[in-house]
Amino acid sequence: MQIPYILSIIVFLPIVAGAVMLFIPPKNRDLIHRFALAVGLIAFLLSLVVYFSFDASGPRYQFVEKYDWLPALGISYHVGVDGITAPLVLLTGVVIFTGVIISQRIDDRPREFFSFLFILASGVFGVFTSLDLFALFFFYEIAVFPMYLLIALWGWKQTREYAAMKLTLYLFIGSVIALVGALAMYFASGLNTFDMIALEGANFSPEFQNLWFPFVFFGFAVLGGIFPFHNWSPDGHVAAPTAVSMFHAGVLMKLGAFAALRVGIMLMPIGAQTHLPWIILLTLVNVVYGALIAMVQTDFKYMIGFSSVSHMGLVTMGFATLTPQGYLGAGVQMFSHGVMTALFFAVVGMVYDQAHTREIPKLGGLVKYMPFAAVAFIIGGLTSMGMPGFSGFIAEFPIFLGLWDSQPWIAIVAAIAIVVTAAYIMRAIGRVFFGELPPELEGHMHDIQPSEKLALGVLCAFMITIGIFPNVIVPIVQSGMQTVLALLGVG
Amino acid sequence: MTTATWTWLIPLPPLLAFFLILLFTRRNNAVSHTVGVGAAALSWLLGMIVFVAALGVDHLGEHPITSSVGWLPLGDKIFSIGVLVDPLSAVTLFFVAWTVLMIFIYSIGYHNFGQPRGAQDVPGLPPHGATDAKHPGHHVPSVEPMYARFFAFIALFAFGMYTLVVSDNLLTLFVGWEIMGLCSYLLIGFWYAKPSARAAAIKAFMTTRVGDVFMLLGIVALYSATGTLNFREILYNHELLQTLASTPVGVFGLSAAGLIGLLLFIGTVGKSAQWPLHVWLPDAMEGPTPVSAMIHAATMVSAGVYMVLRIFPLLSAGWVEGGDLTTPMTVMAFIGAFSALFAASIAVAQKDIKRVLAYSTISQLGYMIAALGIGAYVAAAFHLLTHAFFKALLFLGSGSVIHGMEHGVQHTGEQIDAQDMFNMGGLKSKMPITFWAFLIGGFSLSGFPLITAGFWSKDEILADAFANGRWIVFAVLALSAVLTGLYSMRQITLTFLGTPRTKAAEHASESVRTMTIPLMVLAVFAIGAGWMGIPNTFPGIGGLLPSWFHEFVGGTLLEPPLEVEFNIVPLLVSFSVALGGLALGWLVYRRAGQTDPLRKPLGFIYTLLENKYYFDELYAWLFVRPAKWFAEQFSYLFLDRQVIDGALHRMARVIFALGRVFRNYFDAPVVNGFGDFTASVTQSLGRTLRKIQTGQVQQYLLFVALLAFGGLFYYLLNTLK
Repeated sequence: MQIPYILSIIVFLPIVAGAVMLFIPPKNRDLIHRFALAVGLIAFLLSLVVYFSFDASGPRYQFVEKYDWLPALGISYHVGVDGITAPLVLLTGVVIFTGVIISQRIDDRPREFFSFLFILASGVFGVFTSLDLFALFFFYEIAVFPMYLLIALWGWKQTREYAAMKLTLYLFIGSVIALVGALAMYFASGLNTFDMIALEGANFSPEFQNLWFPFVFFGFAVLGGIFPFHNWSPDGHVAAPTAVSMFHAGVLMKLGAFAALRVGIMLMPIGAQTHLPWIILLTLVNVVYGALIAMVQTDFKYMIGFSSVSHMGLVTMGFATLTPQGYLGAGVQMFSHGVMTALFFAVVGMVYDQAHTREIPKLGGLVKYMPFAAVAFIIGGLTSMGMPGFSGFIAEFPIFLGLWDSQPWIAIVAAIAIVVTAAYIMRAIGRVFFGELPPELEGHMHDIQPSEKLALGVLCAFMITIGIFPNVIVPIVQSGMQTVLALLGVG
Repeated sequence: MTTATWTWLIPLPPLLAFFLILLFTRRNNAVSHTVGVGAAALSWLLGMIVFVAALGVDHLGEHPITSSVGWLPLGDKIFSIGVLVDPLSAVTLFFVAWTVLMIFIYSIGYHNFGQPRGAQDVPGLPPHGATDAKHPGHHVPSVEPMYARFFAFIALFAFGMYTLVVSDNLLTLFVGWEIMGLCSYLLIGFWYAKPSARAAAIKAFMTTRVGDVFMLLGIVALYSATGTLNFREILYNHELLQTLASTPVGVFGLSAAGLIGLLLFIGTVGKSAQWPLHVWLPDAMEGPTPVSAMIHAATMVSAGVYMVLRIFPLLSAGWVEGGDLTTPMTVMAFIGAFSALFAASIAVAQKDIKRVLAYSTISQLGYMIAALGIGAYVAAAFHLLTHAFFKALLFLGSGSVIHGMEHGVQHTGEQIDAQDMFNMGGLKSKMPITFWAFLIGGFSLSGFPLITAGFWSKDEILADAFANGRWIVFAVLALSAVLTGLYSMRQITLTFLGTPRTKAAEHASESVRTMTIPLMVLAVFAIGAGWMGIPNTFPGIGGLLPSWFHEFVGGTLLEPPLEVEFNIVPLLVSFSVALGGLALGWLVYRRAGQTDPLRKPLGFIYTLLENKYYFDELYAWLFVRPAKWFAEQFSYLFLDRQVIDGALHRMARVIFALGRVFRNYFDAPVVNGFGDFTASVTQSLGRTLRKIQTGQVQQYLLFVALLAFGGLFYYLLNTLK
């Protein structure tokens, strides 16, 4: 299907819808919810169209649009998707759609809630599609800022201000650091352009790259949850309302990893080659340490939050292997982790809504009341522990291949995380869904809504489809990563 | 259709059954089990077609049945998956198809199909029994509340096993392997409302998972060294294997083949429950008995041995028959022999009828691993085959015993453990079919000479060890065989012979036909399966039946192994250990009362055995608790919350203090709030920050954003000049 200006529509549809929404009278809640659902659905369908009409053997960037913005400074509105971003655009569509469905229970100022959520979505779509460095930063800030309000206003009352503050500070400081690096590139290139494709050919000197790569990489990787700058994420995830946690862990963390790749590794490949071999140690800490901490959490949501730290570590670890398999796995993992963690947070939200507690020891026996949610959680759990037949395996297997090729000892240590992940997932499933229903929850638990089942079903469908037919994603990611590898001069 | 096409189809019926039952027929027990058993029967039929077709192929080892399709593009190569039927997989297919089908049929009776629903039965607990409608006041067994779900799960399990057996590469083998791991979790924890079942399920999954992770690393290492995971491409490539065997990797002086082989073997240690990863298997008895048979005989544990048989050329790369063993082989010989003896000794002191069998499984798998370790490839495969039959028979037999005992318990209302052998006795007359089946199984397990299948396979292992001068392995396995005879006869004597020890045992009754027919079928194999492997050189009966097993399975390898010359010494040893052990068991236990007659004479050794050498406690102390401590105290509370967050909070404090100095931005309460904050860092900051008005924070953020954009524009304007 050919839709002209499809990327611009995707990028601006949510923000425009968010603005239009503010004109709906706040009393008309049904209309607000229905409108939000419609926007979510359209965004999802459009992202599906982009994904499935993307041709892995075609040109590198597709659906390209380019207009001058500030020509004097070399700033343009330049969008397009490649094999790396096509799955991420789809991911964003999936998460916005399912997130809106899950938020149907929001009754505190739903209009503003959805409006902010859509601004956030526009920012995310913008980052993934921008080919202009300035525009990328612009959208990045658009994506990060509503997060603060969403958490501080709609979040969990006990920690929301602390968490919102912590999150926003980390991300803003990160982005400022990255911005300094980006500006350094702009000036050093002498090309007077922010166009990233042009900057790829700027041939920065090795000294320059070695100096500035860490700025850009870490500045963005903060949002990807890299150790030791990961601490905003579990706190942020826990405090956020369900849909925001889904968006946050599902999509926003990918934003960080993606930007670190797109701006850091791709524009300064020599710097990447200098620094990534030691950065891999940090990612190793991420993977193992995040899993260990997840294992000892008694709060269901904190457990998932730390599991995200661990799984996002696999993405940056894939980058840091500097091998074709590592990059392929990282690309798939970004998508796989996105749908998986969105599902986790959705289920945790459903449990919390009914039980009003997230303490794992205080839950139990829910499989009888919400069998669909239980099965969905188990599918997510299997994905997260890298079980073959689910998308997690398609991501983790190449990452471990790449890891073994580059640094076998790290592979062995990282493998511990697979065991630990299985431990905390199985423990949570066993305690929360099986076991006995605590007496105080008697009569409070009931099945989830059909629409919520639809949302969980969509998320599960992606994990299973990729697990069984990896061909739906692997060639696309591979085509995108080929450029990265060419820039790095490996593979 | 070609044989390859048939092979592709083998795993599919159970998978379809799994979905059909879960999605559509869940509410109807009769339809569900028809779908389940029908699928198993269809797979059995397909399996037999392929097996027979495979028999008809000349030199199947050199010209196996294969077919593959591209699946996962990895770099410039496409990873293909496909099916492979060579002699080893054909034989495995044969026993898997038979045992799986029998287990499916048996499950119908075991879960009391056709009985009324119990009033107190809830999903997640074993059925408590119901009141008989015809005879009020009478208790009868009641149907399993999650009857349909059980069939869905074991169907998925069967799918995993079939996938594993027909795979032509290590990756899909691993897929089947993991599916079984998952199913074992679901099935061991089938009665999920029992805390012990939940714990056992997690333990089984986690312990095997430890092995699986190493196996995954082995797969990764193999792929990175060779660029393929296809069995034929690696294992039948002599040059490649030689290269792998001669490339040092610089760890413990291992070659690449040695390292990869060891990593993969650790997967088997977990899956086949070898020491030191054996702890999960006895606990796995928490599942319904057909599951125990499925896990301990037909499928999961066999899968571990099957995998090392499959990759034997890699494990033995660089080894010539009669020469020095490679490192992986030495390790296997040690772990296998040790597990054989170690588990057999524990089995002697167990009370639970199923636990005895569980330890016996560990022990018998140890025989196979040890056999493979000393290069007795065919003997290991042979024992795998016979063990599958007699162990499935024993497990199903024990299930039948438990069922009969439960019947008695429900009838008499006595509060006793229906699985404790010291509550049984004299069941021979109550349950004749079960008795004879169990007797055959037990004798086959002990290697009762000449008649039973277990004798021939065990004898071949001992003969091989003897002929190649592996004295230690030979002695350890022979000693284990004595213990095997002892605990088998102990089990038979305590359960079936003598007089009933409890009222429940007096009222036990024979199981229904859906349970006894599978017993009879398996009993036939527990005897007959041995006859296809009688060595041609055996005095008297050797050569009466053609010994095709050796020739057929030996053909799997690039260089078929030599047949061992006949020697009278190991044969006499085989005879005497089996008969000696059995006789000892009978003598000791024939007059046993409620306590074990060995308890007194053995003293603390008995306590040690009864408590399984305290391995569970040791692991809790050695791994589980330190891991928890490290994760909780060090990683989470100290590093994450104290160091990293602490640094952040301290930084925040400095910045905030600066703000106060410069702009008098914050009022007194906020600043005072910071005083408390070293005490409980996280909470107090949270409480403090809550006091900041939203507007102010936004201002603050805006400030940061403005700073960023201000900087940007400053630089931009500079360049424009």
